[in-house]
Amino acid sequence: MDFYLLEAIINGILLGGVLALLALGLNLIFGVIDVVWIAYADLVMCGMYAVYWLYSELGWPLVLAFAAAIVFVAVLGVLVHVLIIAPILGSAPINQLLATGGLLFFLQSFATLLFSTEFRNIGVRLPIIELGGIYISSARLLAFAMALLGAVALYFFLKRSFIGTAIRAIAQDRDIVGLMGVDQRSIYLVTSAIGGALAGLAACLLSLQYDVHPYIGNTFGPLIFMICVLGGLGNMIGGFVAAFIISQIIAIGGYYYSTELSYVLAFTFFIVLMFVRPRGVMTR
Amino acid sequence: MTARNATLVAALGILLAVPQFVPPYFLHLLIQVLLFGFIYTAWSIMGRFGFVSLGHGAFMGVGAYVPALLWNYYGLTPWLGIPLGVLLSVLLALVIGYPCFRLRVVGHYFALVTLALSQVVMLTIVAARDITGGSLGFTPNAVGHSWYALQFPEKSYFYAISLVVWLGGLAVWRSIDRGIGREALDAISEDEEAAAAVGIDVMREKLRVTVISAALTALGGAIYGQYFMYLNPETVSGIAVSLQIVFAAIVGGMYAALGPTVGSLLTLSLNEGLRIGFGTNFIGAANTIYGILLILCIIFMPRGIVGMLETINFRRFRPKPVPAE
Repeated sequence: MDFYLLEAIINGILLGGVLALLALGLNLIFGVIDVVWIAYADLVMCGMYAVYWLYSELGWPLVLAFAAAIVFVAVLGVLVHVLIIAPILGSAPINQLLATGGLLFFLQSFATLLFSTEFRNIGVRLPIIELGGIYISSARLLAFAMALLGAVALYFFLKRSFIGTAIRAIAQDRDIVGLMGVDQRSIYLVTSAIGGALAGLAACLLSLQYDVHPYIGNTFGPLIFMICVLGGLGNMIGGFVAAFIISQIIAIGGYYYSTELSYVLAFTFFIVLMFVRPRGVMTR
Repeated sequence: MTARNATLVAALGILLAVPQFVPPYFLHLLIQVLLFGFIYTAWSIMGRFGFVSLGHGAFMGVGAYVPALLWNYYGLTPWLGIPLGVLLSVLLALVIGYPCFRLRVVGHYFALVTLALSQVVMLTIVAARDITGGSLGFTPNAVGHSWYALQFPEKSYFYAISLVVWLGGLAVWRSIDRGIGREALDAISEDEEAAAAVGIDVMREKLRVTVISAALTALGGAIYGQYFMYLNPETVSGIAVSLQIVFAAIVGGMYAALGPTVGSLLTLSLNEGLRIGFGTNFIGAANTIYGILLILCIIFMPRGIVGMLETINFRRFRPKPVPAE
């Protein structure tokens, strides 16, 4: 096997980490609140702008800017729930999906209004590591490690803490949980905040690798939905596995053909798989 | 002739006379309102029964690119190219629709599968940049005024064409609304299992509206290409235009014949109004307001503007139906 292919595969794994993180957040929200946030990737965009603005324009230390961005997107997540989802929690699920689609328009054009369509970069360049002839960007490595760390933290939070248990219980049966004395509304708020925080974390990691522009959500947003559906909406482990499958298709396809064709391959794979396993790869 | 018919004829007369009186700029806007009104109407043929497709950009893209490519590379007249594009869209709709309906891919899952479809079409156009020009877009060879090439520099021709397809779209909408399959489709959108249990051919009904909707959308895309004489993968396919179609139809009201057209009129005048009002300093201002409107619309009036007007005003004044003699 040649070095470049190996490099592509490794980069694919590293990309998969960040996608997995985003898929986790979206899956958490879907599993608990039963809503698909179409604008999820655009929350990431907001987080990237927050990092850019705090670090590049206001001159905050990077770590502080990251922390603030995570908090900012977490608050955004809560606002999304309170202002958009909560009023229509009872209506058809597709309406909720469409309402967050309106949010997508709003966020993209509001970002355009504030920052124009110019590509912005925080200008932090992490070194490239060479490992036996293979070049790996340490920004990607860091992103991968942080994404895994975030996933593990989320796992323990859900498994060990009381709120985490309540969140899992709601995902299993939202009617019975109420009878057990769990206040669903506050659980929804916590879930939205966690989902937002995960998007914020992903934003920090992505801002080390990519320029931010108002439409950046369109480039990887559809990918995240595919990953979630592929893993089974609400199935977090499935989403995690699917993130790596999709990122490998993109990495290897990009190596043999071109970036666009690799995306075409990934989406086609998704469509075909939907017909083979309509409820996700992990279902039995 | 009843009063209702007289009103219709009068409205049609006014619409036909419009190009004589309005300046070219307004004619240009009207053409867009009609064209997009047609496309949104095509979407609502499916959407109103709860089959929410986020993939209509795929059909529009295929409908627009196929005739343009055939014209530039083979000199094939759009009179043949457009039917081919429509046919290809229908095939695409069948390839996606059949397995989706067979496997009961509905709701979120259907929306996301169709979203993937629109991405596939857009990215394929971008990836085939040697043929399609990729993200830089594609310009059909212009030959001036020609029936053979279906190219007219005069706006009034395209006004007439848009008017005809728009009326055609409304007629199709109406025939489905009044048709025998309407109750079946309503039943399916309420509960598929129950509909199947009472003997409705769920697959056939769903495929029927899907194919009609895809074909009309492709036709709209084709005429869009002929009129603007410039195609861009971002503006005729992909997630942005797919969502634009869905939202305009919903804001206008997808349960009423004129709803999608009202959505088209509203979004376009909002866009143009804000563009002129603010100048280009505030790119994005229109869509910012549009986004807020969408959210409010879905929260407070899921039936759209026309749907809302219907429930408020006209129910009270509507004359009682005259019993058949």
